[in-house]
Amino acid sequence: MTEFLYYAFYVAGAIAVLATALAVTRRGAVHALLYLIVSLLAVAVAFYAMGAPLIAALEVIIYAGAIVVLFVFVVMMLNLGKEARDQERQWLAGRVWIGPVIFSAILLAEVIYFIVRGPAPGVMGGAVEPKQVGMALYGPYLLGVELSSMLLLGALVGATHLGRPPMGGGEARR
Amino acid sequence: MTAIPMMDGLILGGVLFALGLGGLLLRRNLLFILISIEIMLNGTGVAFVAAGSRWGQPDGQVLFLFILAAAAAEVSVGLALLLRYFHQRQTLDADAMTKTNTRG
Amino acid sequence: MLRLLWLVPAIPFASALVLAVVRLPKRAIAWLGSCSIAASCAISLIVAFAFLGAPPAGGAYTQVLWTWFDVGGLRPQIALYLDPLSLIMMIVVAFVSFLIHVYSTEFMSGDDGYGRFFAYMNLFVASMLTLVLANNLLLLYLGWEGVGLCSYLLIGFWYRDPANGRAGRKAFIVTRVGDTAFIIGIFLLFHQLGTLEIQDLMRRATLQWHTGSAMAIAAAVLLLGGAVGKSAQLPLQTWLPDAMAGPTPVSALIHAATMVTAGVYLIARMHVLYALAPPAQFAVVVIGAATLLMAGFSALTQHDLKRILAYSTISQIGYMFLALGVGAWPAAIFHLMTHAFFKALLFLGAGIVIESLGGEHDIFRMGGLRKELPVAFWTFLIAGCSLAGLPLVTAGAFSKDWIIWGAYTAANGSIWLWISGLVGVLLTSLYIFRAIFVVFFGKQHSPVAHKPGYAMTVPCVILAIFSIGAGYMRGPFSDFLTAVLPWNPSAVHPAFSEIASEGIVAAVFFVGLYFAYVFFLRRRDYAAALAVSPAGRVLHRFWFSDWAMDWIYDRLFVQPVVWIAQIGKGDLVDGFFRFLAWLNKIAWRGLNRTQSGRLRWYAFAIAAGTIVYIAVVLFL
Repeated sequence: MTEFLYYAFYVAGAIAVLATALAVTRRGAVHALLYLIVSLLAVAVAFYAMGAPLIAALEVIIYAGAIVVLFVFVVMMLNLGKEARDQERQWLAGRVWIGPVIFSAILLAEVIYFIVRGPAPGVMGGAVEPKQVGMALYGPYLLGVELSSMLLLGALVGATHLGRPPMGGGEARR
Repeated sequence: MTAIPMMDGLILGGVLFALGLGGLLLRRNLLFILISIEIMLNGTGVAFVAAGSRWGQPDGQVLFLFILAAAAAEVSVGLALLLRYFHQRQTLDADAMTKTNTRG
Repeated sequence: MLRLLWLVPAIPFASALVLAVVRLPKRAIAWLGSCSIAASCAISLIVAFAFLGAPPAGGAYTQVLWTWFDVGGLRPQIALYLDPLSLIMMIVVAFVSFLIHVYSTEFMSGDDGYGRFFAYMNLFVASMLTLVLANNLLLLYLGWEGVGLCSYLLIGFWYRDPANGRAGRKAFIVTRVGDTAFIIGIFLLFHQLGTLEIQDLMRRATLQWHTGSAMAIAAAVLLLGGAVGKSAQLPLQTWLPDAMAGPTPVSALIHAATMVTAGVYLIARMHVLYALAPPAQFAVVVIGAATLLMAGFSALTQHDLKRILAYSTISQIGYMFLALGVGAWPAAIFHLMTHAFFKALLFLGAGIVIESLGGEHDIFRMGGLRKELPVAFWTFLIAGCSLAGLPLVTAGAFSKDWIIWGAYTAANGSIWLWISGLVGVLLTSLYIFRAIFVVFFGKQHSPVAHKPGYAMTVPCVILAIFSIGAGYMRGPFSDFLTAVLPWNPSAVHPAFSEIASEGIVAAVFFVGLYFAYVFFLRRRDYAAALAVSPAGRVLHRFWFSDWAMDWIYDRLFVQPVVWIAQIGKGDLVDGFFRFLAWLNKIAWRGLNRTQSGRLRWYAFAIAAGTIVYIAVVLFL
């Protein structure tokens, strides 16, 4: 099993990287989102291989299943058509690639250098059971849990407010 | 019984983060910017989980949970704002939104 | 009787105070102003007779009044020192000042600042007497500065015209350069020798310094700097021609007879120091010879009567410096005395001419005045002959011959100096007779407005008598002075005798007279033709502008200082703080641009910052 997981990790990692690269460079929003879902699923597999089954599940459920779905709904509501895709093509032409590519490359190089140069950090061990995670959450990290819930409450209130129709005839179409 | 070195996990997280950053800097459409942000958050989480797994402790996963909660909150509010903005300006061009709207 | 010495400078000083503070009617001012100097002159004569009749021990008399201050080993006293040198100077100064004060009672009578004038003049005389009677260098410097101050005040006396103020400032600033050298020399002398009392100083100098030691040379050169400034020699002579902007009695007193001779007196007084520093003495010679020639040429081209006389003064003091430099000390002082008489007379005569024509200075607008102003003519003629050196009759001839002979035979003399002295005689003869012929002969161009009164003519006559008679005193004068100022003849045996030298000088005098007669009386067209020829024009302009020295100084010193002042006008120190503010503003503008409001710009900035910070952590 561990052999399988070992290779699974690398394969899933490769798929994730490839899918992410594709996701950020698509012209159409829906295509990008689809590639994003693939990436997230691959990352979930990677999580499992790393010994975090709970997180693998949560990645699929929440990240791919709720957040990306939210994005899909928004794309639907925006109803962007072909003009949007043409505009994206225009915006992604030529010289705009230089800066971002360089910056990311430098950052990546620095991070990898940082990671690699230290003493051999060790290997990832076996699975950490959800039960352990739960006990940690309601043990030492209880405060964090409460704060996250407040954060989510705030997001809830904010999203509700912002989602209402505009006041006083609206600022739309000015 | 070969185990995955933590370094690889961290590198995976780093690569995902770098890709997300590239996407953030590259794209002009607000929606894609938000997507890139999500990618970045995801990458960070990978690094956390890898570290936690190395020590065999749940802390990494706990942190990932918090990141997840934060990402969810941010994405909901962010998208609501994006929709509002689109209603107002009929465009999602990030370069167009240079001024906050002051009324009266 | 000798104890009355302190009254000589004190009386003019007191009267200056009174005149400055109290408003008196005009007659009172005239009487107070001139009687104070008369009293001073009388007492100086009394003291002189007492000195000659019963010479004090050691050949000198010191009168200590009080101790000025006592700080850190420096203990200058207010003390007066009377020896043959200072006796002669005192009498010359007091006597000539008295005559000029009488003259000015009439000359300045129409002026508003009558009281101010006499206050300044009396203060000047008091300072000059302090200078010559001072026992120590600090008190001498006090007198030195005092005469400088009065010179400035009197040059710019008619202050309403800014040109006069400029002339006064120029005089003060140029002499200041010399004064600074002087005070540094005083510092040096005190630092090395521990005292400023002159006789003590010279004793210690001979004990401590060998001939040619660096300290002696330095001190001598610095004092020479002061003398050069005050006596208007090269290179600090540019102020004297412009100083003619002051009233004529001022020019007569200060810039002919007394103040400008202070430098000569200083060098003579410190002759021991110069004997210890042969290079410095050589510098004196060079300065004297160069100045007398340069000023002679310049005087030839001037057309303002007073400027001719100013350049003449510079040239004659060049003769005195020449004499000092070759070691003919008594000759220099003798010439100082005779020069005081005839130069003061020349100026007073010029004053009569200028006043009578209503303020006309240009000689080419004068002419034919010998019939209308006979007293002025005859006294001016006598003084002019004395200046040029009419042999056997005039005092100037005796003193000038003595100097020229000394230029050849004294310790540092040489044939070249003798020749330059001769050339100087030729030039002097030329320019003064040019002035005489143009002013007093020929056709009259300006009418005579009014004739002078007795107050102006009588002093002229008295001075004319002295311009003739003083020369016969050479013998006793020399004996009197050589006790204090030695004359060392040179080792080289002269090729001709003194009589021969005097004969040659006389011949040169007549040559100059003849040429002046031809060019300026008989055939004026020769002079006109010479002036118009190309070489003549260049030379004329060159000599007219004092060998372009004013122009040189303007370019070299005045303009850079003004330029620096203009830069500093922006308040340099404040500029540093304004620079900081500017820096702030630039930084603000730069940073302002980063707040562009553009989202992606911010994203880039954050990414860049991240990269930088990680790099810093990684590599530092």
